[in-house]
Formats: sequence, structure tokens, C-alpha cells
Amino acid sequence: MKLSIRYFASIREGLGLGQESMQTEAATVGALRDELLARGGAYAELLARGRAVRVAVDQQMQDESAALHEGAEVAFFPPVTGG
Amino acid sequence: MFAFFAQQPATEVAVRAVGANMGRECSLRENRRMPSTARVSIQTEDFDLGAEIAALRAQDARVGAVCSFVGTVRDHHPDVAGQVTALELEHYPGMTERAIEAMVDEAFARFPLYGARVVHRVGPLAPTDQIVLVAVTSAHRGASFQACEFLMDYLKTQAPFWKKEQTPEGGRWVDARVSDDAALARWGIAARNA
Repeated sequence: MKLSIRYFASIREGLGLGQESMQTEAATVGALRDELLARGGAYAELLARGRAVRVAVDQQMQDESAALHEGAEVAFFPPVTGG
Repeated sequence: MFAFFAQQPATEVAVRAVGANMGRECSLRENRRMPSTARVSIQTEDFDLGAEIAALRAQDARVGAVCSFVGTVRDHHPDVAGQVTALELEHYPGMTERAIEAMVDEAFARFPLYGARVVHRVGPLAPTDQIVLVAVTSAHRGASFQACEFLMDYLKTQAPFWKKEQTPEGGRWVDARVSDDAALARWGIAARNA
């Protein structure tokens, strides 16, 4: 299935990328993160499991067990610091 | 027994009961507004607290309490060497508005409010600039104080904004604070951010 992936703040900056389209068979957010980690380089560093990374699917905060679907918008970002 | 029943305009429904014997007003189920983008604004422009509150009260004679919070850009973060010369606010367009609308819905569900307004600025800001406004109206002060604090606690940990401080030594993304998660937990919401 095809997903739209978005990155924000320090993750966006570190990857030098705000969004990308991706073809994947990952069924969950966790599986997708594994796939991105396997790319190595900045992906492995910025999305590493030891780091605080928050995820939204279709603009709703989710955890790694969340299911993915065709056309989903998945965003990875650091903890939020508004206000 | 209802001594008083008010049908409000189409966007809101209010049912209030007056305890006739007590001579004291109590609320059964107060106002629930339908979601409207007018409750939330994400903008680069500054805001006028007085004008925002005037619009929120808008001749509503039910309102007996207005509570507002304005967050401002600090000129120095204790953890950062040197002065903060500027602050850049990034957000997630679309999700930001949805997340804050959901927070306002939650505030209306928890507290007897008549109105609520959230303005959050994005883009480049400077020390002393206003950054966020939360304002709520209710019949009595308790609900307005609580709802205002609830909305800010929620916003600090659940709305997709990120701050980057600029100092003479370079830029630095502001870290989330565990104490902000603890503040939200006081309302019975265990949502980890930091």
C-alpha cells in the first residue's frame, strides 16, 4: 500500500525532508518504523527506539500498535512543546 | 422543577435550572457548542486580548466569569547558554486545528462553559511576544479558572507545536517537560509526551 509520511521539527531537520511517499507492506506503525530504521543513516539515528518519537496516523496521536491503511498519512515527530 | 428554561441560538443549547426554594442557581447541563473553526486560530499575527475577550463575551448576559491565559516568549531558557534572540514555532497544519478543537470539545464536556477561544501563533517570534491565548467564559469563576488551566495543560502536551530557540551559539529545539505531562495527569488524562 502507499502511505504519505511526514516529519516535523528536529526529525524533519535531521532528515532534510518534510514528507515522502512510500510503498510498504507494513501493517502497523511499529512495522513501518522498523522499515524506516532499516534504511540506516539519519533514519536509524533519528527514529531509534531509544529516542522519544511520537507518531500520528491521519492526524491523530497513536502508538506503535496502530494499524495502517492504504493512503494513510503517518507523521513522526519529537515530543511537542507548544504553549 | 424548572423555574427557568432558555433556548439558546442554533449553535448552542443551554438548559439551566433554578432551585426555587434555595434561591440558588445550579446547572443541570450547560452549554455545548457545535464545533466551529472560529474557536481556534493558528496564526502568525499577534492577537489583542481585549478584543478577543469582547468577541467571546459578545453581549452574552449569561456570562458571569471570563478567565484568560496569555503565554509569552521568554528571553532566556535556564538550560541554554546565552540569550535567546528569537523563537521559531513549527506546527503540523491540519492536525493542530483538529487536536485543539478536540481539546475544546473536551473542556465543554467537563466544565459548564459558554464560550472558549484558543489562539496560537506560529512562525518567528521574539522575546516578550505573545505566543498563546486561552480564554473561556462561564457563569461562575470556578469553571472558568479550571477550564482555562485544563486547556493549557492539554495544549502543552498534546498539540503538535515545536519551539526552536535561537541563541548567539546557534539554534536549539526546546525539550518537552515531564512536569507538563504531570500537569495533564492531574485531570485524569495519562498521555505521555515528554
